[in-house]
Amino acid sequence: MMPVFAIAALAGLTYGMRLAGPVLRGRVTVPPAAQQLLTSAAAVLLLALAATSTFTQDGGFAGWARPAGVLVAGVLAVRRAPFPVVVVVAAAVTALLRLAGVH
Amino acid sequence: MSFAPDSRLFVLTNTVDAFIILNMRISWRTTDSTLLRDVALVCLADGIVGVSFGATAIAGGLPWWVPVAMSLSVFAGGAQFAAVGVVLAGGSPVAAVAAGALLNTRLLPYSLAVADVTSGPWWTRLIGAQLTTDESVAFALRQRDATPAARRQAFWTCGVTLFAVWNVAVLLGVLAGTVVRNTAAFGLDATFPAVVLALALPTLADRRTTAAAGTGAAAAVALTPVLPAGLPVLAALGGLVCLWRRR
Repeated sequence: MMPVFAIAALAGLTYGMRLAGPVLRGRVTVPPAAQQLLTSAAAVLLLALAATSTFTQDGGFAGWARPAGVLVAGVLAVRRAPFPVVVVVAAAVTALLRLAGVH
Repeated sequence: MSFAPDSRLFVLTNTVDAFIILNMRISWRTTDSTLLRDVALVCLADGIVGVSFGATAIAGGLPWWVPVAMSLSVFAGGAQFAAVGVVLAGGSPVAAVAAGALLNTRLLPYSLAVADVTSGPWWTRLIGAQLTTDESVAFALRQRDATPAARRQAFWTCGVTLFAVWNVAVLLGVLAGTVVRNTAAFGLDATFPAVVLALALPTLADRRTTAAAGTGAAAAVALTPVLPAGLPVLAALGGLVCLWRRR
C-alpha cells in the first residue's frame, strides 16, 4: 500500500530539490567537485534502477523476455534511434518473446 | 554544465544554430518547428511510459488515485516507478520514499542549471520548479550558445507539454489497467527500464563514471534477493568509490 503521507513526503522532497535552484540562485555556487559527484550519483542511480527493473521482479529473476527487450532497446538508444522507437521496440520484443513462449 | 543529460538522445538536428546566426527572423520559426517536433517525440515516448506506469500500478493492486496523485505532485517518472516498485514488491513506504527522493536528488543540480530560465515573478519560479525534469532541462541546455529567450522557450514548451501529456497518459494507463489486467502480455514492464536505460546511457560521460555505474548496477542486481525492496538501488551508490581510484 502507498499511504497518502508517503506520496506527500516524496512530492515535498522532490519539490524542495526543484526549488533549490530558483531560491539559491546567485547565492550559492556548487563547487565543481560536488557538481561532478552529484552528476555521477545520478548516473549510478539511473543505471542501477535500469538494471534492477530489467532483471528482477519481486526479489527474484524477472525472466528472459524483459531483459531481451531492454537489451535491443539499449542498442537502439546507443545508435541514437528516436526515443519513441526505443520504448515501443522494448515492449514489442518482450511481448513477442512471451507470445513465442519465452518468459 | 556537464551534469545535464546529454541532449543527443533528443536532438535530431542542430542546423537551427546556423539559421540563428544567419537570419534572426527565419530562425524563430525554424526553432519553433524543430523544437515542437522534438518535444512531440519525447512526449510520445514518455506518454507510453506514463500509460505503462498507470497500468502497472493498477495491475499491482493500488487504488486508482495513487498513480494519479503521484503523477501530479511528484511528476518524475523514475521516482514514481521506483517508489511504486518498492511498495508493490512488499517494501515499506519509508523505503519507497527514500528510493524515490534519492533518485530525485539529481533535480537539485538541474534546478540550479536552469535557474536563469525559470526566473521571473514568484509564481513563474514556483511553476517552473515543478516542470524541472530530465527532459525539460535537457531541452533548455542542449544548445549551449542559444539565446536566453530560446532556452526559455525550449524549457517551457517541453515542461508544460510534458506535464499535460504525462498526466493524461497515466490516467489512460489507469483506465487501461482496470480493463487489461495482464500488462505483461504487452511487454509494458519493459518500457520503464528501456526509458531509464536510454536516459542513463548519455550520463555515462567518462570511464570512471561508467565504472562506478556499472559496479553499482551489478551490486544492486546481486543484492536484490537479500535486501529489502528499494535498498539495492541505494546500495548502488557504493559504486561511487570507483571515482576515488587513481586518476
